[in-house]
Parts: sequence; structure tokens; C-alpha cells
Amino acid sequence: MSGLALQNVVKEFGTFRAVNNVDLTVPHGTFVCMLGPSGCGKTTLLRMIAGLDLPTGGAIRLDGEDITQVPTHKRNLGMVFQSLALFPHLTVGENIAYPLRIRGAAKEDQKKRVDELLAMIHLTGYADRPVAKLSGGQRQRVAIARALSISPKLFLLDEPLSALDAKLREAMQVELRQLQQKLGITTIVVTHDQREAMTMADTVVVMSGGEIRQAASPIEIYRRPADSFVADFIGQTNLLDVAGDSSGRAVVLGQAIPGLELPAGAAKGTLSVRPEDVHLTAPSAGALTGKVTFVRDLGGTIETFVDVAGHQIVAVSTPRERPEVTVGQEVGIALTPDVCVVLKK
Amino acid sequence: MRREPPQTLGDYLPLLFPAAMLTIFFVVPFGTMIAVSFFQRQQGGFYTPAFVFDNYARFLSVFFGGVLGFSLMLAIIVAICCVVLALPFTYMLTRMARKVQVVWLVALLSILSLSEVIIGFAWSTLFSRTAGITNILVALGIMAEAKALTPSFGAVLTGMVYQAFPYTVLVLFPALVRLDPTLTEAARTLGASPLKAFFTVVVPALRNTITATLIMVFIFALGSYLLPQLLGRPQHWTLSVLITDQAIYQSNMPFAAAMAVFLVLVTLGLVALTVIAGRKGEAA
Amino acid sequence: MTSIFRKAYFFLIGLFLSLPLIVVAGVSVNQKQTLAFPPQGFSLSWYGEIFLNPEWRNALFASVTLAVLSAALAVAIALPLSWFLWRRIAPWANIFQLLGVAPFTLPPVITALGMLTFWATVGFYGQPWTAVVSHAIFFVTLPLVTLSLGFTSIDRSLVEAASTMGADERTIFRTVVLPLILPYIVSGYAFAFVLSLNEYIVAYMTVGFTVETLPIKIFNALRYGYTPTMASVTVLFVTTAAVIFGLVARFGDLPKLLGAMSSDGK
Repeated sequence: MSGLALQNVVKEFGTFRAVNNVDLTVPHGTFVCMLGPSGCGKTTLLRMIAGLDLPTGGAIRLDGEDITQVPTHKRNLGMVFQSLALFPHLTVGENIAYPLRIRGAAKEDQKKRVDELLAMIHLTGYADRPVAKLSGGQRQRVAIARALSISPKLFLLDEPLSALDAKLREAMQVELRQLQQKLGITTIVVTHDQREAMTMADTVVVMSGGEIRQAASPIEIYRRPADSFVADFIGQTNLLDVAGDSSGRAVVLGQAIPGLELPAGAAKGTLSVRPEDVHLTAPSAGALTGKVTFVRDLGGTIETFVDVAGHQIVAVSTPRERPEVTVGQEVGIALTPDVCVVLKK
Repeated sequence: MRREPPQTLGDYLPLLFPAAMLTIFFVVPFGTMIAVSFFQRQQGGFYTPAFVFDNYARFLSVFFGGVLGFSLMLAIIVAICCVVLALPFTYMLTRMARKVQVVWLVALLSILSLSEVIIGFAWSTLFSRTAGITNILVALGIMAEAKALTPSFGAVLTGMVYQAFPYTVLVLFPALVRLDPTLTEAARTLGASPLKAFFTVVVPALRNTITATLIMVFIFALGSYLLPQLLGRPQHWTLSVLITDQAIYQSNMPFAAAMAVFLVLVTLGLVALTVIAGRKGEAA
Repeated sequence: MTSIFRKAYFFLIGLFLSLPLIVVAGVSVNQKQTLAFPPQGFSLSWYGEIFLNPEWRNALFASVTLAVLSAALAVAIALPLSWFLWRRIAPWANIFQLLGVAPFTLPPVITALGMLTFWATVGFYGQPWTAVVSHAIFFVTLPLVTLSLGFTSIDRSLVEAASTMGADERTIFRTVVLPLILPYIVSGYAFAFVLSLNEYIVAYMTVGFTVETLPIKIFNALRYGYTPTMASVTVLFVTTAAVIFGLVARFGDLPKLLGAMSSDGK
């Protein structure tokens, strides 16, 4: 099979399991974002793919070949480190040429390739500058160019944009995604920023506690989260307990929701509703009623916090589509089955 | 490249040369010296292998007790003088512009690296009758006629403080650089004068550093082997001078070695104290 | 602290540190062979004497040879050791770090006496090369400390980055580690060189009866009375040390080398 495959990969540090039985296939040319809170094992997993750490169990295959024990320097990778790890004693050009130089490429070939890559990252003419003289965004691009200079089989990035300010980071996300699509290279990015993952990835892998919670396309992760952790971690959501009554209807906060059903065989579950799917109505018209406790007007959107039987539900809407409500007012909340996701407990 | 314990014999290879050199030329000589300290001295400068405590027994004399007491006292005075002089100096130095710092550091390193021979010679010149500071005082009309200030205890002390001062500054420097500047700033906003802030905030915060520095300077001063000889009288000779004298001029190697072993024990005890003081500093 | 107090204090310390050297510099330009200050007449002939008088010239030559070789040997011992400690997880190997720092921490007389008994026992006492080995061991602390500091300042992700780009251990050492550690090698060498140049007691106890280094020569000359050449040699030594440390400061980060890690952030 063409691409990367992780099979039952385990990494233990002493008695601590950083990565627990991870199975994942990444088809050739896919852009994968590994997403999760810090300490979830995503960086360890990336380092094992790079060979910087060795798994204590399982196998890693690249294009069908078992590379679990292959030393890093023989894997033909390109990797961008969180610290970027640009060599301070080399110029921009020398940094980019490094993988070619140590493979004994001819001087003119090195120069040609460096010029090509500099053009690709819009830094033509920067070859002789010391890396210390570059701005954060320029360094970022040099690190990317250096990782790509041998046209690697795998392109790995560990929190590559974390050092940049918010605006530059968003621009680089788009740039990185476009570059990857142009080159068609299998890419794995580790990040804790869900916006970043949503922007760039073909497949988002959500990890927690050393395990993969869900691996799917960004929109599926958002619309059909596999469990409450994923629902909560990706974007904002309202999580409510849901139980089935004697006639099989789903009951939320004491109210039966018409048309909503629990998964077959389950008596209890968690209901996830995105704030933008929560609609405020007149108190009598909604499935639930509650009292407005706080209104956050952000200009473009308005967040309304409603207390329903001691539970807080957040509704987000644009100013135009929202009825005029004030703090302390009784409101109704409409919940239609098509916007509700019932997750297993 | 993972950082991991050495796997193969080849991984140990880089260690081979340093380990061999340090073992053969430091551990073995040290062991030899300890062995010799138990040897029997023979007339004419030789010694024969034996296991006797005669050399250590000689410590129990009034003369030796006097030398030991003087050595320790001298080193303590030098350490106190140096730390008292160097603490405010280093504190102010760390708050100066980087360029100024570098100039001072270069000067201090240059003096620190000077041979004791040279320091001794320079101070004996400065304290001499014909070329010394007393000539300046005479020229200024403060003194009637120039005179030699050496040999004397004051000369020995001055020379040793001169030698140990740069060392003290360099020992204090890292700790003082790391001292949080907002600490004194906070004290200032609370109404403390600069001087008061120094004594109420900086000094207490550095209590363990100061203790450790005192001990290190003390050990450093204990090692001074020429200045007491060049600037003082025989009654100002220290243990280090006596060891040199016994080894070279009296050719009594076993006794010199026994004194050296004794000196090591004193030093090691103090190093242990420094480490403990340092540990406490980290915990605090 | 108030600015006037600070200036006065720095001036007094500066005076204390420089006064002996100023007097020695003054004495070194006396016209005649007298110990007089302020100098009587002006002559640079005592500087010429260092190079023209065969005794002083030989001592200078012996000292420089000793310093060049022993500093090189000290670096040769310190480099693989500090590299190994940085590269591998081997806590037990720290014992060698301790052994490397010990000779410099203990009173110098002890190392000197240890060397004397050792060389006498193995029968090489008085051979010039024994001073090289002795000085290398005595001063190995300096390159060891600067190199350990240097290695800790190398970001390990640089090494990992090099390996992801296809560099094996040897290539990484040659293309990444060595260029980054080079300034620390140079300063470690410089420290050991200057201190070896000035060292008296170890040299005296190992080869004092066969070779005369400059400090030994000065000491011997002192015992027979005064000659202005001592003063000119002293000035030469101070200048050499200042120039070498000045160069280290110019091309390296001196405050950082002396332990002020916070000056660089990391």
C-alpha cells in the first residue's frame, strides 16, 4: 500500500503509556493534522514516525516497507521542528542545501535547488543572509523549504506555526496547505490549535490520553463527533445529558424532544448541540425554557447564555437573526433533531 | 539522534582517552601521594615503603598546631575581606551596561590568571622602600621618609586579597546576574533607599550564595603557596608554604604528603559544606 | 545605589587592582638596573632583555611551549568527555567530570605534590614532557567547564533536525556539533593557555630542576635580588592575558562563559 501505516503503535516511558495502541493509515498525498491537548501523545507519535523515538510496540510502515527500526537519517524525511531548528552557523542558502550537501550533491545542483526553493517560499535573493537576520515568518518558510529540499517521502511538522502571531499564523496555514496540494506530498502536522487543523487538513486525528478518539475529515469531526471529548474539543458545544423514556423518546432536562432518538440499545447518552444551532424562541414555542443570564455582544455575533434548570446553554447568532432579549428574560429554546448529535456515554 | 545510554562498546570509545588520562595522571598520583604519606623517611631525601603513622603524629606539635591555626585564620580573614569588598562590587557590575561588564571581566580574568610569583613580586615592589607607595606619601608630604612595608602580616593579607578578589567576583557573578531585578525595584517602590534595598533584599536573598562563596574563597586562599613566603616572615607561613618547603627544601616527602592529605581532608570537608549550602539555596 | 558612591567604589577597586601593575610598569622602564618609582629615565631595554638574554628567552620559549602543548592536551581530554556526557545518558560517567574539576578545586600544592610523588615513583621525574601532562590535568577543568556549558547551549533539536535530513552520527558531529562548539573549544583553550603560562608550583615541582619556565625564572631571580626584567615580563604577561581574554570576549559571549546564562535568554 502506498502511504504511511501505523499498526498497534505503543510507546511507554517507564510505566507511563504515552501512546496506546495507535492504528492509523495515511494514504499517499494526504494532509493529516494530529490534534489534541498537550500531553495527549501527538508529538511522541510524530517523533516515532520520524524515528527520533522508538516505539515500544507495534510497527510503522511506509509504502509497505517496515521502517520501525530504520534510523532517522535513512528515512528520507522532511521535518519542521517547533523551534524550527535552523542552523545558526549557516546562512539561509546553506541551511536549505544541508540535506543535499550531506548527500554529496554537486555544488551547482545544490545552488539550483536552493534557488528553486527560495522562489517557492518567496525569498529569492536571501540565500546569503544569516538566519538570525530573518523575521519569524521568513524563518518559518526557510525551515519548510529546508525540509522539502530533497523532495521527501514524508513531510512532518511539529507545532510549526506556534511561534508566529495570530495573523501571520493564519496566512501561513493557507500557504502551507496550498504548497502541500501543489507538491502532493504526504504531510503530518501536530498542532493543538483546532482552527489550524480545520484549515489545513484532509484528515483530522483527534488524540487524547495516548489514543486516537476520532480520525475523519474536518467537517465530519465537527458535525459528527465520535464522543463527547471530540465534540467538546473541536469548537464550542453544549453537552447535555439525555435519557430514553418508557416509550423510547429522548428526554433532555425533563423535556421530551420530538423526533430525537437514542442510539439503538442505549438508555442514556450525551446530547451535543453547537451554539449556532441553538435557536431562541418565545418561551412557549421552544422545547426547553430558561432564563437569560448573560449576553456577550461581539459585534459580528452575539452569544446568549441561558440557564435551563441549572444547566447553561449557549446560543450564538448574528444580530439580525436574533430576537431582542435581555438578561433576566424568559426564553424558549428550539431543538430540532437534525442539529442534535447523541453520543454514547 | 536519541540521547540514550551507551549501547555498544563503540559508544564508550570517546570516554576511553579522557578516562585513562584522568585515572593515570590524577587518581594514581593522588593515590601515590596518600601511600607516600605512610612511608618511612630516610636520611638524604629518600623514603622506603612502610605503613607508619609517624608523619601524621608530627601534627601533634605546638609548631604545627600554630601553623594550622594561622593558615585557617588567614584564609578566613581573606575570605571575609574579599566577599565584603566583592559583593557590592559584583552587584553593581551586573547592573551595568554589557560593554562595561565585559571590560571589567577581562581585567579581572587577567589578574586572576597572574602567577603568584608575579603578584608577589608586584606587591613587594609596591611595598618596597625605593619604589613603593610610601614614596608617593613622602612626595605628598604625609610621610617624612619612605620605608618598606614588607615583610609584614598586612602585606601578606593585602597580596592574598588582591589574588582572591577577582576569583570572588567571578564566583558571585552568575548568582548576581540571575538575581531578579524586580526584587529591589519592588523594595524601592515600598520606600527602601537603594542602600537599604541592597541590605534588606539583595543580601538576605543571597545568604546561601554568600556562604558558599565564603567557603570557596577560603579554599582558594588556603591554596596560596608563595605570597606568605614573598611578603611575610616565617611566622606568616601557611600550610601550603610548609608543604612546599618540606617537599622541596627539606626533602621530606612523606611528611609533605601527610600534610597534603590533611589539607585535602580539610578542603573536601569544606566542599561538602558548600554543596550542602548550595542545596539549601535551591530548596529555598 | 547612588551614582557617586558607585563611581567612587569602582574607582577605588580599580585603583587597588591596577596600582601594583602601574608601579611594576613604571619600574620596568627604569634606565638603570634599580628598583625605583617613579622611574628614573626611560628605557625599553628591559623588554628587549626578555628576548635577547638567552636565559630569559629560553624561559619564555619553555613557558610558551608548555602552555601551547598542555592547553591542547587539556582540550583533547575535555572535548570527548564533555561530548560523551552530553550525548549519552550515563550518570556514572559524571565521576570523570568530577575528577576533571578536582585538581583545580583542591589547593594547587596538592596536585603539585601528587605529580611530584607520581613522576618520582614511575621514574620520569624531571622529564620536560611530564610538565605538559601535569599542566593538562591541572587545567583540564577550564576546557571541561566551558565545553560543558557550550554543549548545554546547543539546542538538541538542531541535532535531531540534522538526522531527519539524512545526517548520520559522524556527519552531525562534523557539520553541526563541531561548528557550534568551536567558540567554546577556543575559549577553553585560551583559559588553559593563559593559566599554564602563569603557573608556578606544579611546573616547579615536576620539572623545576631541569626546565626554567618564566614564573620559575622570576622566582629564582627574586631570590638572588632584583632585576628589572622581572618587571617587563610581568607587564608582558598581564598584557598577553588581557589581549587573549579580550579576544575571547570579542568573539564569544564572555558573561555567558562565566555563567551568566540569563544574558541570552536560554
